[in-house]
Amino acid sequence: MSETAAIQGNPEGVEGLVEDWASDKQTYNVPWGKAMMWIFLVSDTFIFTCFLTGYLNVRLTTTEPWPLQTEIFALTLFGQSIPLVLIAIMTFILITSSGSMALAVNFGYRRDKQKTFWLMVITAVLGASFVGMQAFEWTKLIVDEGIRPWGNPYGAAQFGSVFFMVTGFHGLHVTGGVIYLLIVANKVRKGHYDKKGYEIVEIAGLYWHFVDLVWVFIFAFFYLL
Amino acid sequence: MSSEAGQQHPLGIYYKIWILLFVLSGFSYAVDYYHVEGGLRWFLVITFMFLKAGFITAIFMHVVWERLALVLTILVPPVALLFLIGFMTVEGNYTEGTRYQYRGDDPTLMPLSPSDIHGGGHGEEAAH
Repeated sequence: MSETAAIQGNPEGVEGLVEDWASDKQTYNVPWGKAMMWIFLVSDTFIFTCFLTGYLNVRLTTTEPWPLQTEIFALTLFGQSIPLVLIAIMTFILITSSGSMALAVNFGYRRDKQKTFWLMVITAVLGASFVGMQAFEWTKLIVDEGIRPWGNPYGAAQFGSVFFMVTGFHGLHVTGGVIYLLIVANKVRKGHYDKKGYEIVEIAGLYWHFVDLVWVFIFAFFYLL
Repeated sequence: MSSEAGQQHPLGIYYKIWILLFVLSGFSYAVDYYHVEGGLRWFLVITFMFLKAGFITAIFMHVVWERLALVLTILVPPVALLFLIGFMTVEGNYTEGTRYQYRGDDPTLMPLSPSDIHGGGHGEEAAH
């Protein structure tokens, strides 16, 4: 904490960058847990981008026609086929959960345990409902549409492989995030961070926003383009 | 003490960004709903995607308020990924070309849609 106080006088911008790296001291002016979470998220960015680049490559190279995503993901509601409606709902749910998480972080720093706890629980519930809808979507694709990782009736077999791999990996991240959030929320409620400080809520929030961030790219590349 | 070092900002900015993300998602969805096709579709979808990604990273993940040392640690390594994407695009196009050229694959094949598989009936009505 004394480092933080010392750093207050540091210059901003490029001068501050040089200062942070030059002196024989801790480079990043953040709790170590936050720095480590960022390192993890950068590495996770590489994993997801490699998956998406693999998707790009198989989609470009295959000479089989690529299945029409908008039609495959359409859902019949009230006797009308609406394109992408489930995906749109899932997208809005994830954004809502990102917003509630941002508020939880804010109330954490205000040391409002009640609000932080409930906002994190809301975030986790929204995340769990996202996973539930994804399970529904997968069931529909596998059972009704006959899409398998090794082939499908509509076009290139690679569609199933990359779709299930990337959305499955993202779904695992959401599931892990829900568990993580519930653990941290419970510790907030019990007051475990009263002494340590509430950075841990922000760190959990970083992970959750990252999951939302990955969905932004999946939404664009798998469903819209 | 430690809480003062953390990221504390007025609530208003979160609400504003939250609404903005909803609006941008709505726009992306509208691109599909109104059947915008071709180059414009790609341009719009990718623009909205990067705007959303930017706002989430900058505001929700607090990157704009971090010191430059951390910001560069986060943003510089992924630049390598842009090279990967670029190289794989070139490579992918080349591979596809050779498959058409030397293997004689048919470039005119069209994908089937669910209504082709499940029989016309309700599918015809659903299609506008």
